[in-house]
Amino acid sequence: MATAPEPAFIRRFTVSERAIHWIHASVFFSLLVTGAILYFPTLSVAIGRRQVVKDVHLWSALAWVVAVLVVVIVGDRRALRRVLREADRFDADDGRWLTGKRAPQGRFNAGQKVNLILTGVLSLLFVVSGLLLWLGERDTRFRLDGSIALHDGATLVSLFLLVGHLYLSLIHPSTRHALRGINRGDVREDWAEKHHRKWVEAERDDRPV
Amino acid sequence: MTELPERKLPEPKRREPKRREGVPVGRAAFLGLAAAGISSLAWGKTAFDAVASAIPSGLPSIAPSNGWRIYSISSPLPTFDPATYSLEVFGLLDKPFKLSYADLQDLPQERQVSDFHCVTGWSVEDVHWEGVRIQELLKAVNLAPNARALRFNSAELPYDSALTLEQALLPDVMLALKMDGKPLTRPHGSPVRLVIPQMYGYKGVKWLKSIEVSREAFAGYWEREGYDNDAWVGRSNGYGDSS
Repeated sequence: MATAPEPAFIRRFTVSERAIHWIHASVFFSLLVTGAILYFPTLSVAIGRRQVVKDVHLWSALAWVVAVLVVVIVGDRRALRRVLREADRFDADDGRWLTGKRAPQGRFNAGQKVNLILTGVLSLLFVVSGLLLWLGERDTRFRLDGSIALHDGATLVSLFLLVGHLYLSLIHPSTRHALRGINRGDVREDWAEKHHRKWVEAERDDRPV
Repeated sequence: MTELPERKLPEPKRREPKRREGVPVGRAAFLGLAAAGISSLAWGKTAFDAVASAIPSGLPSIAPSNGWRIYSISSPLPTFDPATYSLEVFGLLDKPFKLSYADLQDLPQERQVSDFHCVTGWSVEDVHWEGVRIQELLKAVNLAPNARALRFNSAELPYDSALTLEQALLPDVMLALKMDGKPLTRPHGSPVRLVIPQMYGYKGVKWLKSIEVSREAFAGYWEREGYDNDAWVGRSNGYGDSS
């Protein structure tokens, strides 16, 4: 590893990982706002222009699919695969962490792995239900009365996750340093030692002496 | 696949692989949850409606709820002016006429409680409607022999829909002036809307402006977009056995 020695900071996320995160965040926001307008009568009536709002909603979803594909194709697939691998693995420390006890964590703590998995599941369910709703408007073959329930249910779960996610990343004092990592790529090593010890130790093991 | 450079120094300390690797629970959870989610396409609406029924109404309409959604096709929504409003009834009848809002209110009113079903999959249960039966509206006139249908035109252009006479005279069809005890609000089609509970909501024209007695039930706005004329709940538009 030939990085310039910066003892204070440790690189946590590559450009590709950060790109995926911010694409997801910005599109989610757009979908949430337009979705809320389509869903809540007060907003539907106040904003009107249902067809325009629907179009923005659909094009946002399409943009998400395309943007993610672009990052996967031209980006650092190795880094992205590493994310999947890490999210896949839960050890005894993760188990303890999820029951509320403190235990040393890796680059992603157990809660973050759960968030990753759920976000992946919800993205899939949104695409499926959204596609069915869109196609079903024109073609009876795609009309299922469970589509809107799934779309609504996924929204509710997503909002739940989002509130927690935003709280921890923007407000909660001990964790909000993580925002730097997803923004600029690196985090303070001393902070990382406290919150993601196994990762820091593994990184040190990898560094040439 | 190794990412580590060649080492000339003694092996660095490593944790035991087993403890470090962990169990591949993540992919199982992903697949299981995704499968459960997709399966909800079959049972989701039933579950959703059941939960919504259990939640007391009056809570903010956050899902799951029996909440309304307001779909419109043009902006802004029509505004009701009691001073200038009239419902025009014309076409294949001997004496075309116009009714003011007060005229409508003076007609005998009936009440009913019905469920509302949108073709997109959401429903609102136990809506209290109060309004005028079509029979009552047409009592004083004679329809032409070739009159077979009624076409309902909205002030929200170009929204329209049509029913056969037989459908329009069903016992739970009405021109509603009140919803849940209060005069229709603007989002819900003030001052008067068609209510036909046995069909999907798109048949229930809001902001009713005129009714034309006609030879046949021409395709209205959503019917021209591919939805069924005979929009029976559960057996049209691809639901149930319908194609």
